[in-house]
Amino acid sequence: MKEFRGSQNYVASEELLRAANIAMVLQKPLLIKGEPGTGKTMLAEAIAQALGKELIIWNIKSTTKAQDGLYVYDVVQRLYDSQFGGQGVDDIEKYVKLGKLGEAFTSQEQAILLIDEIDKADLEFPNDLLWELDRMEFHIPETGRTVKARHRPVVIITSNAEKELPDAFLRRCVFHYIAFPDRELMEEIVRVHYPDIDERLLAQVLEAFYKIRQLPQIKKKPSTSEIVDWIQALQHGGVDVRRIVKEVPYLGVLLKKNEDMDVLRRQWR
Amino acid sequence: MFTDLLYLLRRNGLKVSLTEWMALMEGLHKGLHSASFTGLYHLCRCLLVKSEADFDAFDRTFLEYFKDVPFQQEVSQELLDWLDRPDVLTDYANWDEIQALKNMGFSEEEIERMLRERMAEQTEEHNGGSYWVGTHGMSMFGNSGLSPKGIRVGGQSMYRRAFRVAGERKFRDFRRDNTLDTRQFQVALRHLRQFSGLVDLPPTEFDVDRTIQDTASNGGVLKVRYKRPRENTVKVLLLMDSGGSMDYYAQLCSALFQAVSKSGHFKDLRVYYFHNCPYGRLYHAPTLLSRDSIPTDWVLSNLPGDYKLILVGDAQMAPYELMGGYYGRGERAGGPQCGMDWLRLLKGRFRHTVWLNPSARPDWGEYWSQTYDRIAKEFPMFPLTVDGLEEGMKKLLAR
Repeated sequence: MKEFRGSQNYVASEELLRAANIAMVLQKPLLIKGEPGTGKTMLAEAIAQALGKELIIWNIKSTTKAQDGLYVYDVVQRLYDSQFGGQGVDDIEKYVKLGKLGEAFTSQEQAILLIDEIDKADLEFPNDLLWELDRMEFHIPETGRTVKARHRPVVIITSNAEKELPDAFLRRCVFHYIAFPDRELMEEIVRVHYPDIDERLLAQVLEAFYKIRQLPQIKKKPSTSEIVDWIQALQHGGVDVRRIVKEVPYLGVLLKKNEDMDVLRRQWR
Repeated sequence: MFTDLLYLLRRNGLKVSLTEWMALMEGLHKGLHSASFTGLYHLCRCLLVKSEADFDAFDRTFLEYFKDVPFQQEVSQELLDWLDRPDVLTDYANWDEIQALKNMGFSEEEIERMLRERMAEQTEEHNGGSYWVGTHGMSMFGNSGLSPKGIRVGGQSMYRRAFRVAGERKFRDFRRDNTLDTRQFQVALRHLRQFSGLVDLPPTEFDVDRTIQDTASNGGVLKVRYKRPRENTVKVLLLMDSGGSMDYYAQLCSALFQAVSKSGHFKDLRVYYFHNCPYGRLYHAPTLLSRDSIPTDWVLSNLPGDYKLILVGDAQMAPYELMGGYYGRGERAGGPQCGMDWLRLLKGRFRHTVWLNPSARPDWGEYWSQTYDRIAKEFPMFPLTVDGLEEGMKKLLAR
């Protein structure tokens, strides 16, 4: 079994690496929770890249049903075809299209399946997937075919904690909570994105960033992706390093809400 | 192996089941803990804990089971608040050579014993000194201090001289009984929508998907299907206490207000304010200006009884403010005579009512708890926390 040790573009904490490897060895889905912008989705990409496996992403929306991930039987198309005498209408198999989960099961090699933002879906959604994720197989009654995983995919599930997940589902997962990166880890993350960043700029940016995050009145706290964008803006604009903490130029990149900007203007210094 | 830990975890309220326990055994068997203590901790946490809200409870239990950490006395929240002073010392004015030498002389066991004594004695905040648990001083306890040796309590590591950290619980903030922020409020309020899908309505909406499905499986002979409309039928009347003793909870209440007004999934939402107890008038703004108010009677007669009434207040006032006639007497003869009468009128009008309370029941003296108890007797009362709000929302939807 190959081990995941982080990748070139992804800085993972020791704990996260452990959790990822535990999930892979025990063949259980890895459930990742954390603040938005802590790189939950990126993790799956990094694992896929590090292990050299195909990544299949199943984006969950509020209307997504568990069935969609298994297969879709396109009845309407079949009805349409039958009325106009199209060919192969008898062959139901032709109208059964596999969903993302089915795709991962039938993949020639072991795949990484990312079920992104599972909490967006209906409350019952995770329960409907229990059997499929446990046994790694499902049955298509229309054709009488059973789709069984050739190679057990590595399943990674992310959640923003908008909804509570059912206990029965949680029991089968390995859980990891991505805490917001501390200063040292953030420094490392920034260096991955900007390998030749000016030291003074980095120090000033980090100081301003964590100072803003600490203000309790800020509603939407800036996250990793925002600091990365901010640095780009600062470098592009050629701002004087000494002005960063004092004036916080390009504030709109960090804070996305009017109230938050007002808070900062009032609270700063 | 470690079977006691399973039972200890369960005793401490972590719902660890056999499924997870077997997974842990498998993990240990496969050497996933990499034969280290930290490895074991991570393996256990990954597999046994399923929510960051439980990390704190898990940390405590784990430490209790593996008694590797000798100092385990619970540090009170009050003490931690006193010690929360992130400002850095710029000069070393409090440095005391003699005290430093004296501190160096104590053994670790002695220092631990002394901290236990201090924590039992201490009744107020102390900073800059050499005896109590505090900050910026020569004392061996507390944080940001100058003592060459000691135990850090609360705060952040500043001079890295502490040999032990007491009461450091990284995940304390995630505990579910914590009071909450806007986002968590919104999540809890969603319960009001999810359950509203269960409301019994006649199936009147044309169901395209099932019509096609059933027509198709019927061999192309049309079969029309209808479904129940999924519209949210919940209407909310929110009455909030404002001013006086509620000022302590202003931020919390504003978070609730924002969450409710942003939720946007209610069919209708009315928000009014009152002070201490609703009397003859309700106010449109928390500033409680009488020109910006409406008679409570208007609300009682114009809003239908299927509005869900949520009252927010600490339910603590002088008893005469609730029971006395001075504040509450209405203009009508035979009408309400005191605050309590108004509350009963509201309760009678709106079938589904809860009271959310940001404050705990006062246990220091009977005076303030009198009105609390009386109101709690009339209304189902829930604390204004994640769990409390969820419970409250369930109560509102119960038929």
